[in-house]
Amino acid sequence: MDNLAPFPLLSLIIWLPTLGAVLLLFFQDEERIKTVALITALADFAVSLFLLAWWVNDGSMQYQEMIPWVPNLGVNYHLGVDGISLFLVLLTTLLGPIVVLFSWRHVKDHLKAFMFLLLVQQTGMLGVFLALDLVIFFIFWEFTLIPMYFLIGRWGGKNRVYAAVKFFLYTMAGSALMLVVILVLYWQGGSFDWMALQGMEMPLSLQIWAFLAFALAFAIKIPLFPFHTWLPDAHVQAPTAGSVILAGVLLKMGSYGFMRFNLPLFPEATQLYAPLLAFLAMVGIIYGALVALVQKDVKSLVAYSSIAHLGFVMLGVASLTKQGLSGAVLQGVNHGLATGALFLMVGMIYDRRHTRLFSEYGGLWKQVPVWSAFFIIVVLASVGLPGLNGFVGEFTILVGAFQANPWWAVVATLGVILAAWYLLTAVRKMIFGPLDEEKNGNLLDLNKREIVVLVPLVALFFFIGLYPNFFLDKINPAVDVLLQTVQSSPPPF
Amino acid sequence: MLSFAWIILVFPALGLLINLAFGKRMGKSYIALTAGAAVFASFLTAVGLAFGLAALPESARAVTVPLWSWIHIGDFQVDFALLIDPLSVVMALVVTGVGFIIHWYAATYMLVDDRHQALSLRMYGRFFIYLNFFILMMLTLVLANNYLQLYVGWEGVGVASYLLISFWFYKPSAADAGKKAFIVNRVGDFGMALAIMWLFFLFGKEAGSLAFADIFHAAEGAGAAATAALTGVTLLLLLAATGKSAQIPLFVWLPDAMEGPTPVSALIHAATMVTAGVYMIARSHPLFEMAPATMTVVAWIGALTALMAASIAIVQTDLKRILAYSTISQLGYMFIGVGVGAFSAGVFHLMTHAFFKALLFLTAGSVMHAMHGELNIDLMGGLKKKMPKTYWQFLIGAAALAGFPLLAGFWSKDAILYEAFLTSPWLWGVGIFTALLTAFYSFRAVFRAFHGEPRSDHAEHAHEQSPGMTFPLWFLVIGSLFAGLLGLPAIFGEHVNALGNWLAPVFAGLEGEGHGHGSESLERTLFLVSSGVALLGIVIAYARYIPEWGWARSLQKLFSPLQNALEHKYWVDELYMAVIVNPLRRLAAWFYRVGDGRFIEGIVNGVGAYTLRAGAFAARLQTGVLGVYALSFFVGVVLIVLYFLIVV
Repeated sequence: MDNLAPFPLLSLIIWLPTLGAVLLLFFQDEERIKTVALITALADFAVSLFLLAWWVNDGSMQYQEMIPWVPNLGVNYHLGVDGISLFLVLLTTLLGPIVVLFSWRHVKDHLKAFMFLLLVQQTGMLGVFLALDLVIFFIFWEFTLIPMYFLIGRWGGKNRVYAAVKFFLYTMAGSALMLVVILVLYWQGGSFDWMALQGMEMPLSLQIWAFLAFALAFAIKIPLFPFHTWLPDAHVQAPTAGSVILAGVLLKMGSYGFMRFNLPLFPEATQLYAPLLAFLAMVGIIYGALVALVQKDVKSLVAYSSIAHLGFVMLGVASLTKQGLSGAVLQGVNHGLATGALFLMVGMIYDRRHTRLFSEYGGLWKQVPVWSAFFIIVVLASVGLPGLNGFVGEFTILVGAFQANPWWAVVATLGVILAAWYLLTAVRKMIFGPLDEEKNGNLLDLNKREIVVLVPLVALFFFIGLYPNFFLDKINPAVDVLLQTVQSSPPPF
Repeated sequence: MLSFAWIILVFPALGLLINLAFGKRMGKSYIALTAGAAVFASFLTAVGLAFGLAALPESARAVTVPLWSWIHIGDFQVDFALLIDPLSVVMALVVTGVGFIIHWYAATYMLVDDRHQALSLRMYGRFFIYLNFFILMMLTLVLANNYLQLYVGWEGVGVASYLLISFWFYKPSAADAGKKAFIVNRVGDFGMALAIMWLFFLFGKEAGSLAFADIFHAAEGAGAAATAALTGVTLLLLLAATGKSAQIPLFVWLPDAMEGPTPVSALIHAATMVTAGVYMIARSHPLFEMAPATMTVVAWIGALTALMAASIAIVQTDLKRILAYSTISQLGYMFIGVGVGAFSAGVFHLMTHAFFKALLFLTAGSVMHAMHGELNIDLMGGLKKKMPKTYWQFLIGAAALAGFPLLAGFWSKDAILYEAFLTSPWLWGVGIFTALLTAFYSFRAVFRAFHGEPRSDHAEHAHEQSPGMTFPLWFLVIGSLFAGLLGLPAIFGEHVNALGNWLAPVFAGLEGEGHGHGSESLERTLFLVSSGVALLGIVIAYARYIPEWGWARSLQKLFSPLQNALEHKYWVDELYMAVIVNPLRRLAAWFYRVGDGRFIEGIVNGVGAYTLRAGAFAARLQTGVLGVYALSFFVGVVLIVLYFLIVV
């Protein structure tokens, strides 16, 4: 599908934040810097909404752009978007202005650098979701590490340096093998282009190695059990804006990578290893939930809950069914919204009380009713309450898993019980009970800016929960195309 | 006309949105008025639906009202739609009718908080927002035309229940109770979710739908081949029902749920939400009919729960807890009913129970207010003189519960016991013995609380509640007295069972199938036995608590070996803590400490440490001589290229 928009829409979406970041450099006044950053992020979101304007529900790659970059090696600046990446792009551009607005008063030192990094981070992540050339993809993929490394290392908590280095090395190590395989694929198929590589004949042994190398990079990013230990450190130490972006978008790069590359490029290996992925996903669901249960710090509880939730996403992918994959795409977005909102809420209370320990809280509903009401709604979305967004993704994933293997669904559904347990425990410890900590007695409730930050997220909880077909109409055709690619090759056993 | 049925959902939604947006500016009376009017409007709509349905020929009394498309992925196609049929309309009438009266009562009751201070406007508004939200979700549940939408209502009422149990959120006991209720219900919902997936896999894929009618049609088409799978599905549905309807093994949350304000106990934890499990089984009757093994399990779970809960109720001293165990026990009867295939008898008892149990809870609320929050019946006594209206209301409720002849509970319980006898005399035996216990504990409460001399200062100074609380209850009194006439047994004539006739199109051809047919003389005999048993229980309670006759006391000694077990509620909570909750917590802590802490991190940090050493070694190679670098770079490239040329 050619670019139906009268201008290079995808490039605009990717590079607009960088343009804004460069503009920032010319300003000194903090208010101006913030305003420029916010306008840039909002503009990028507005531009990205134009993706829906010329959208065609046929599962194809749309708004493609192709510019030769290194012609000798066949490296092209090739972009495109389909139903699998569309809502991840919109999620990224939506979270952009939200984190900028959230950081309005929260970030005091080196505001300019902070905003600069947030904006270039946007460019990196959008590039990952839109690149169709493996070299371009890899460059964007690696680039996203850099701003996040500085965001954690410079503006993070007490243990920020350790967390930042761990985050950087862990994910860097994961992608090293991916680079090697990209080169091998070039050797084998004569192209770096995602479209050209599809349907390429590849011996099973090579497929297996290639699959595993990509899988390692993506599994670390998701993170899939047992590659998850970088995540609690990074999430907890990162500044709130960083945690939101990390949980909301960066983790999705992993599940997206599986769907974009592993499944269509290595279909036979995919069928071979899907049960293994499902197994790791199920372990993650139960393990993440149980470990979340015993956390003493609300932010690490949310961090571990991410492991459980992303386990669901990967289970949907591994089910290799329509419901599982469409559910996984949607659940990726849902997790970004709900966990993003959870991190924002934790950040809001942290900025007031400078602690995240459950033992320091209790009875907040009396003191900060607006914050508490939002907290309950966000928790319920995260719990997967029917009628809200999380349920739609979770349940369709379970339906898909049930068709692949009923026992997968049984195990994963146990995780649904545990989710209620650890999240309601958090509610119990934070906002219920007596308000007996003296310092909580003069906490201020949410201000208007903070409410503005949360309202779009909560509105989306309800919209996706009650009318998911708006999203599924666009996701389903792309998933159908993907599944055809996977299933057109006979299973290797 | 029925196509406007969706408006029944709009009223409570509107009510809660208005109170959410403007509550703080409206003041308490307008908040209560808005919420109450919303439910009343829904009630009128339900009445309209009933008439609309009655105007249709019997075979056409199942109208689907489509709302909007919901989740479509491949062959998974689920939409929002309402099913208006005799069963859903009965449920809607009970929910909105009893719901309205409870809103009315709560308008006065909730003016003060649990410590008898004036309740803040914010909290007052919050309460009615929750209450309207509950009505909205309960209607979504009973009017759903498919399993997934039912699930929305199912968990939605769970959230309402959670928020309302924990309404006095600053009380640790209330906060814990709400959390426990939600999590225990989630265990049940585990069954519901898997049952829905399984049903989709078995029938929904083909039908492209999860609508009840389509699923049942496909199931009947599959016939005996599906029996094994349907037994599994129905057992999972039963698990869900035991959660919501507080049956063995998931009943443990309901006694704790009494931490909620009393109107909540009346509405959610007695009259409506807890009956959702019974409703769901009745709604799924074609599936259960095809799985006779599950039916037996349903009936026996009901019987054992009824017996167990009634026996615990005998030794409780907290008035609301007596009623809570009584609710569990009465829900057990409903399970016996649906378990023996007497679906309309189960629904009949559901309806009469809604009246008299709501009445009992609300009068208990009046007593609680008069007693300044004290609920221990040992500290009451003599309230008959202080609160005569409340006394009569409670007495009628207790008599209806006890199965006093001709009152509401008598007819519906009898209908269930008769059908149970036809299936298995043993079931009937458990049921009739439980009826004896029921009559005893009901009147134990009456005599201990209202008769004799006041046994505390609070009881001494108790006074009647304002008309805002006593007046609405007369409507429930009417229900408790006369609702039984809607389901008269066949011995009074061919067509006297109005409710049975009304529900017949839903349960067509099922009643009385699969077990022997009784005779009129048998029905008459059982009728007399039931009456005798109810009176006997009341007499024993009288003998034990009013004149305190010696033989009645020695009867109690007979049970003293059991006393300890009863007072500890058979240690079920303790058992769950020891066998499930604590081991899981320990496992979780171990995962965190050893799994994440030592094992995986050990490997990761180990790799890091080796990398450092390797780096130290590599550093020695960094001689600074450019030529060496260039050479090694060249060798490396050559090696990689060679590898791919040769190997790949």
